Amino acid sequence: MHLPADLKYTDTHEWVRPHGDGTVTVGITWHAQDLLGDLVYVETPQLGKSFKKGEECGVVESVKAASDIYAPLSGDVIAVNQDLASSPEKINQDAYAAWMFKLKPSEPGEFNQLLDAAAYEKLIASESNS
Amino acid sequence: MPFIPHTEADVLLMLQAIGASSIEDLFEEIPAGLKDARLDRVPPGLTEMEVLRLMQERAEADGRYLSFIGAGAYEHHIPAAVWQLATRGEFYSSYTPYQAEASQGTLQVLYEYQTMMSSLTGLDVTNASLYDGASALAEAVLMAVRLHKSSHRVLLPATLHPVYRDVVRSIVSNQEIELVTVPYCTEKGTTLPEALSRFEGQEFAALVVPQPNFFGALEPVHALTDWTHQQGALMIASVNPVALGLLAPPGRWGARGADIAVGEGQPLGVPLAAGGPYFGFMACKQAHVRQMPGRIVGRTSDVDGKPGFTLTLQAREQHIRRSKATSNICTNQGLAVTAATIHLALLGPNGLKRVAHVCHNNLLALLERLKGVPGVARRFAAPVFHEAVLSLSACSTHVLERMREQRLLAGIELREFYPELGDAVLVCTTETKTQADLDRYARSLAAAHSAQLDAAG
Repeated sequence: MHLPADLKYTDTHEWVRPHGDGTVTVGITWHAQDLLGDLVYVETPQLGKSFKKGEECGVVESVKAASDIYAPLSGDVIAVNQDLASSPEKINQDAYAAWMFKLKPSEPGEFNQLLDAAAYEKLIASESNS
Repeated sequence: MPFIPHTEADVLLMLQAIGASSIEDLFEEIPAGLKDARLDRVPPGLTEMEVLRLMQERAEADGRYLSFIGAGAYEHHIPAAVWQLATRGEFYSSYTPYQAEASQGTLQVLYEYQTMMSSLTGLDVTNASLYDGASALAEAVLMAVRLHKSSHRVLLPATLHPVYRDVVRSIVSNQEIELVTVPYCTEKGTTLPEALSRFEGQEFAALVVPQPNFFGALEPVHALTDWTHQQGALMIASVNPVALGLLAPPGRWGARGADIAVGEGQPLGVPLAAGGPYFGFMACKQAHVRQMPGRIVGRTSDVDGKPGFTLTLQAREQHIRRSKATSNICTNQGLAVTAATIHLALLGPNGLKRVAHVCHNNLLALLERLKGVPGVARRFAAPVFHEAVLSLSACSTHVLERMREQRLLAGIELREFYPELGDAVLVCTTETKTQADLDRYARSLAAAHSAQLDAAG
């Protein structure tokens, strides 16, 4: 399943998994890794750093492209997936299990601005048609 | 890679294929006001015969001097085989082929070059070269600031080549990087760890250490490297590759080794050629490779399992990373580097060591002879490689002029860069100097110096 219904999405191809305690986990979608190809390097955001929604916070690099990762919500980075440093290919293998970082959001109103699975599906369909 | 120019017929065919009537048509979209390039003051072209004649006359006017000038570009013997091979059609080009068009042979030469420089500097990864030593240092400064992530301040010793300091300043000036000068010890001519104590507790991204420094003196690299790492900063080594035949390589400086090593590759088989083209080398620890600018050749295997070479880690470069690239450089000094690789292969590590020994011993022999010249003294006390600063008691400008009349380029005056040193001359001896040359220098300096003292009365 390339579009888990329990996740939220951004128009820059990040997925967001909300947890009961208000924190969220963030990664990039199956669609994103499919476009990028084999990932060779992931630059995760710095632990403890704060970002505004939409701010560049990391990079994923494949053999042919380098793509910025954008913070889906404003907040502080409270955890970073260390595995990705040595095994970036985990994102290609399972984009929704290979999380990148965890955020403690600072603006509760922003969460509802994220796309649901259906809206994200529409977005990628329109991008591939253009 | 051969250069095959187009014939008029070729050009016409191509124009027809794209529907343009002339090459000028292709530039239609440039506003007329900007197209006003006038070359009226450029004289008509000369024939090959006329150019040769002109150059012969100019060469005679240059005279044949015996040169003892170093200061960043060094006269070394280049075995005839080096340029005989480097000018072969397979190598000889001013073009820099990129990934899809670069031949396996070209890539292999670069890979061999990278391997040799890593071996020489004692650091894990080397890039395929940069423009020259000075701009390579500027790139290293930018790289260190990116790696450090929090400080934008870099310490530059006053013993670093003045032109390198200017180039670094020019290149980093619009990137909000603060360059701070570290003063030198006036007795030793080096950067003392004590001089750094004022920077303790202040954040900075890197310390640059030249080895040897501009005065030819050997810096206390181990102490400087350990101090830098203790401060949480990076060590950038700016080194002479021939000196590395004798000295500890940057990868073994201090307990953890320098982080980045750069330098001027000209001494390795590239002629002085009135200042260029030369090449800059850069090597770094594996952990830093993703922030290293420049092209990198890697060894890999193809789809059939056969070994081959390729440009790798290209996502650092601007054709992929665009404005976030590690640098805007997308070329390398391919021809100069080819010559350097052949030069190093011919010398081998033992040959390079011997060259370094002779350079060093020649300097010591010269300094020994100069002990007998009244009014001339060695300025600094630190050990030196193949250059040293001489303090004169007569006007250095006139002394050098008198020696020039004797067909000797005795060194460079330091007054312009270090006015506090007064009448001081930086002299260099490479392996190209014979004992008779050293005798001649000492005699000429003695005569010129005393004549100048008499004239000044």
